[in-house]
Amino acid sequence: MYAVEMHGITKQFKNVLANSNVDLMVRQGEIHSLLGENGAGKSTLMNILYGMYAPTDGSIQVFGKPVEIENPLKAIGLGIAMVHQHFMLIEPLTVAENVVLGYEPKKKGCFDFKKAVAQVEALSKQYGLAVDPRERVENLSVGTKQRVEILKALYRQAEILILDEPTAVLTPQEVTDLFRVLRGLKESGKTIIIITHKLKETLELADTVTILRKGEVVTSLPTASVDEAKLAELMVGRIVAFETEKKEVAGEHKVVMALRGATVVKDRRNVLDNVSLEIRSGEILGIAGVEGNGQTELIDVLCGLEKLHGGAILLDGEQLRSKSVTPRAMLEAGVGHIPEDRGKRGYVGSFTIAENIVLGYHRNKAFSKAGLINLKARDEFANKVSQQYDVRMDSIRDTVGSLSGGNQQKVIIGRVFAQDPKVIIAAQPTRGVDIGAIEYIHAELIKMRDAGKAILLISADLEELTKLSDNIAVLYAGRIVDKRKANEYDERTLGALMTGHAAGGEEASKEREAQ
Amino acid sequence: MQDVLSVVTSLVAGSIRVSIPIAFAALGGTLSERSGIINMGLEGTMLIGAFFGAVGAYYTGSAWLGLLTAMFAGALCGLLHGILTIRFKCEHVLAGVGINVLASGLTVVLLQMIWQTKGKSAEVASFSNITVPGINQVPFLKDILGQVSPLLILLALSVLGVWFLLYRTVFGLRARVIGENPEAAGSMGINVYRTQYICVILCGVLAAIGGAYMSIGDIHMFSRDMVSGRGFIALAVVIFGGWHPVGAWLGSLLFGLAQSLQYRLQTGSIPPQLIQMLPYVATLIVLVFARGGKRRAPAAEGRHYYAKGEQ
Amino acid sequence: MAKSGNSKQGGFAERLSKNNVFLSVVALVLSLIVAGLVMLIAGYSPLEGYSAMFKGAFGSVDNLAQTLGTATPLIFAGLAMAFAARGGMFNIGIEGQIIAGAFPAALVGAYAQGLPWFVHIPLCFLAGMVGGGLWAALAGFLKNKLRVSEVILTIMLNYVAIYLAEYLANYQFKAEGMLVRTENVLPSAVLTPLIPYSRLTGGIFVALFFAVLMWWFLSRTTAGYQIRAIEANPYAAQAGGINIQRMNLVTMFLSGALAGMGGAVEVMGVHGYFITNMTSGYGFDGVAIAVMGRYSPLGTVVSAFIFGALRAGSTSMNRMTNIPGEFIQVLQALVILFVSTPGIVRMFLKKRRQKKEAQN
Repeated sequence: MYAVEMHGITKQFKNVLANSNVDLMVRQGEIHSLLGENGAGKSTLMNILYGMYAPTDGSIQVFGKPVEIENPLKAIGLGIAMVHQHFMLIEPLTVAENVVLGYEPKKKGCFDFKKAVAQVEALSKQYGLAVDPRERVENLSVGTKQRVEILKALYRQAEILILDEPTAVLTPQEVTDLFRVLRGLKESGKTIIIITHKLKETLELADTVTILRKGEVVTSLPTASVDEAKLAELMVGRIVAFETEKKEVAGEHKVVMALRGATVVKDRRNVLDNVSLEIRSGEILGIAGVEGNGQTELIDVLCGLEKLHGGAILLDGEQLRSKSVTPRAMLEAGVGHIPEDRGKRGYVGSFTIAENIVLGYHRNKAFSKAGLINLKARDEFANKVSQQYDVRMDSIRDTVGSLSGGNQQKVIIGRVFAQDPKVIIAAQPTRGVDIGAIEYIHAELIKMRDAGKAILLISADLEELTKLSDNIAVLYAGRIVDKRKANEYDERTLGALMTGHAAGGEEASKEREAQ
Repeated sequence: MQDVLSVVTSLVAGSIRVSIPIAFAALGGTLSERSGIINMGLEGTMLIGAFFGAVGAYYTGSAWLGLLTAMFAGALCGLLHGILTIRFKCEHVLAGVGINVLASGLTVVLLQMIWQTKGKSAEVASFSNITVPGINQVPFLKDILGQVSPLLILLALSVLGVWFLLYRTVFGLRARVIGENPEAAGSMGINVYRTQYICVILCGVLAAIGGAYMSIGDIHMFSRDMVSGRGFIALAVVIFGGWHPVGAWLGSLLFGLAQSLQYRLQTGSIPPQLIQMLPYVATLIVLVFARGGKRRAPAAEGRHYYAKGEQ
Repeated sequence: MAKSGNSKQGGFAERLSKNNVFLSVVALVLSLIVAGLVMLIAGYSPLEGYSAMFKGAFGSVDNLAQTLGTATPLIFAGLAMAFAARGGMFNIGIEGQIIAGAFPAALVGAYAQGLPWFVHIPLCFLAGMVGGGLWAALAGFLKNKLRVSEVILTIMLNYVAIYLAEYLANYQFKAEGMLVRTENVLPSAVLTPLIPYSRLTGGIFVALFFAVLMWWFLSRTTAGYQIRAIEANPYAAQAGGINIQRMNLVTMFLSGALAGMGGAVEVMGVHGYFITNMTSGYGFDGVAIAVMGRYSPLGTVVSAFIFGALRAGSTSMNRMTNIPGEFIQVLQALVILFVSTPGIVRMFLKKRRQKKEAQN
């Protein structure tokens, strides 16, 4: 019996064919992985199933019945629920209010908060999803927020659960927890579809995998019959090299940039708490940590976007006066910044490649004379850099908003690297880019390191972090809780440290047992 | 002593009275902004309310029917604002500016059509104060609340009503959710547009009542551009009322105070132009103090929500 | 799909400027039609009204001069709104800035004695720029400090400017006579009409020059680049070392300076002194003009001419047909609403196309 059958689904957006004649068959009671690179059309397909988009062509059957899913309401009615990658939660409201939204219990026409709390409590007990229904969502950790999302689905009596990149922001421990919950749900008869680009998790969790590439189905097969290398090849369409060559850089590694007791206070909380670290030339210092533990503030402090409330920044051994630490001053001092959210801080979507490639350096003598833009010099530079960094484009007059994620990132990386910075703050440098671009960006980072640059790498991808970094510092609750050579860590210890447990993960495992 | 007391009571009574139109508009603005729609058109909607209140009262001879006419016209203004911003994704500020300019021009054109003048309407029926039993026996208080406009009572009920709607009903919960994150609401199957339409239409009705108070509650005629910035002040009141209905009322009272001080000062030797400036300067000053308040604007305020299939 | 979609990027000015010129034209036509309907309902003949308006605007050389003269301050007002919009600010307080420019211009014109015209006139313009610029910058300053939308601040400052100028013109700087106005400007500060007894002066060339200057500034200077970056993506601009608060001040100052020149040109070219209500309605005209011009300097100039014609025409329409001149406000509102909701215009066009197809 199939829970979901999608036949010949095609979805044409304005200029993009997101899905082309896609078939997807999901058995009832299985965990099905929808595997593919960014932009392969996984999310589009699931948004169609959830009624967010109307397909251009094709038909859908749910539990054997042909259906038209015009909107999410209809999908919910059919027992389909979706946990989005970006949680659809209302931060200032309580867990209970969030869970019952849309199907609120009422008493005499009014919202019955007490009943909502009771219902959520019962539900979380039944499925082993510990949360406090009265807590405000803004106070929850990412892992717990995800539980709230799953509770939302269960409250709506979902039989088919779609999870979009569910592990993207979780620690290894949280991932273990999530998998336990999902297996439990499967045992109680629910059907689960996960959208992912991670091979390991597909193999570990899913029964069946359907692979999408460029909007088309490559194949669909039981996970028992494949291995990681094979999956990677199917997903990318060619054989992928997993290893990046990396040798230690010879010579003295002097400290280029450093923080001493850096503290940032937000809402009376130390979001950065007495952080000291040293970024050395010819080294990549990796920062491991669960998102929201001070990474953003750390980046912002180093780039002059955030003021310190305590402690100091040192550049070339000299302490910077706190007044003189502005984004502009840091750029001019040679601190290059690859922002963690490129759509937000990285580029101006409506500006051309040429305009974006000088952003932050637009005052440089090369591009600006007496307050006037030197168009010729700028365009020549833009042509040179976009060629050097392999930006796929028609011309430097294209807007950056029209480029793919990978090419946008190359524009940003080209912008920073071409200025020969002393220090590079690289945050999530490969987030949301395709595998080809990932390999390229990794290689470029290593090149810069080998050229003697001091690099700080912040990444949620532990694999990337351990692969590229020479040293890794773990950031938890605004503090550096541990720092070692990268090859001394494995993912488990890193994960334990990232969630505030001592190295070795003993406490972590104890706590799990206690739960 | 007696003198000081009588000055104070008349000042308080005056503050309450002149705060009524701003309070209605701010209440409407609060409701609308909580659902994510910034209504810059409060000013114009009040003007429309003032005008049609007078028109209704003129033709029917009843202030109550005048009020009803104003409410209906206000609902149409709200609906127009909704169609522009929700259906057609007009920039909220521009929709508001458009409605204001439209109201300003249309009322004069209609004034000319109905009363053959561009300045003031004829005298029309207006509300008379009602005596509040009980309070009119209490010393001092009777001077403030012993005799009140029925619209003040309506205002108190509206504040209570909007509070109840926002914080005690399912509709209110959904409206607040939409103001924070319309995409989340949409993904939960909530009809975002319908909720927003209801909020902007109610906002229009409330603002129009505020306007009607000016023409048929306080005096008994409409005069050209008589709202003169109260709608904009109401927008500021929404901010320092912390997007809360009770806050909106309290904020309006502060303005009432500034304005009734203005009336008192007018008898003195200070140039009238400087006195007329007072409410607007007061708005700026109060905004200075409103900063640092804990409450923040609804996160999705002023943003457009695209439902499925919309570009 | 990708986390960094650019769908949420881009400011309001950019979104509007994506529409093509055609939509603006259709929006204007639609506004004329709807305003005509309002006329009809109000018991007037739109045909008579519009033809009177057209004659009043273009009927003779004098009329045409009147149109161009009326357009002169409107170009400045429109450019002021458009410039602020290019920097991501809704400057709704143009009216106040026009006053804040007109008043000092009138004083410099009246009291700076012994100057040749080629010094005196630029000096008056400069006074207007500084006055309007500072008034707008005050809103920018308060926005930076209070983190309150500039919309409310600029509107409040409108009222303050109106009453403050009225006060000054009524006390300290009052000229002899019944009117609340300042002294006449000296002959060396008078812009003489190009066509006798019209509003058309050399000021129009100054306005056109500043439109070109604005285009050049935004597209060719580093400061213009920074201002545009802030509108399009303030977060990236900030990361790029652009000081947003400072640039907001610059944007508002320059926007207000443009508005202030509009005030100065009215003082020197039309009235010869500052008088209350001399600029009433110019502020919202500026909004409509800039919106219709899609915040581009060229588009703004073109729509300022159209609004100049409407204003000049509405005066004679009022005279010839008894239709109140306030119709112009209705029309202006409709233009704002139609241009800023391209969806309505597109829907209208689609319906017409479908109708045509059905007929064929």
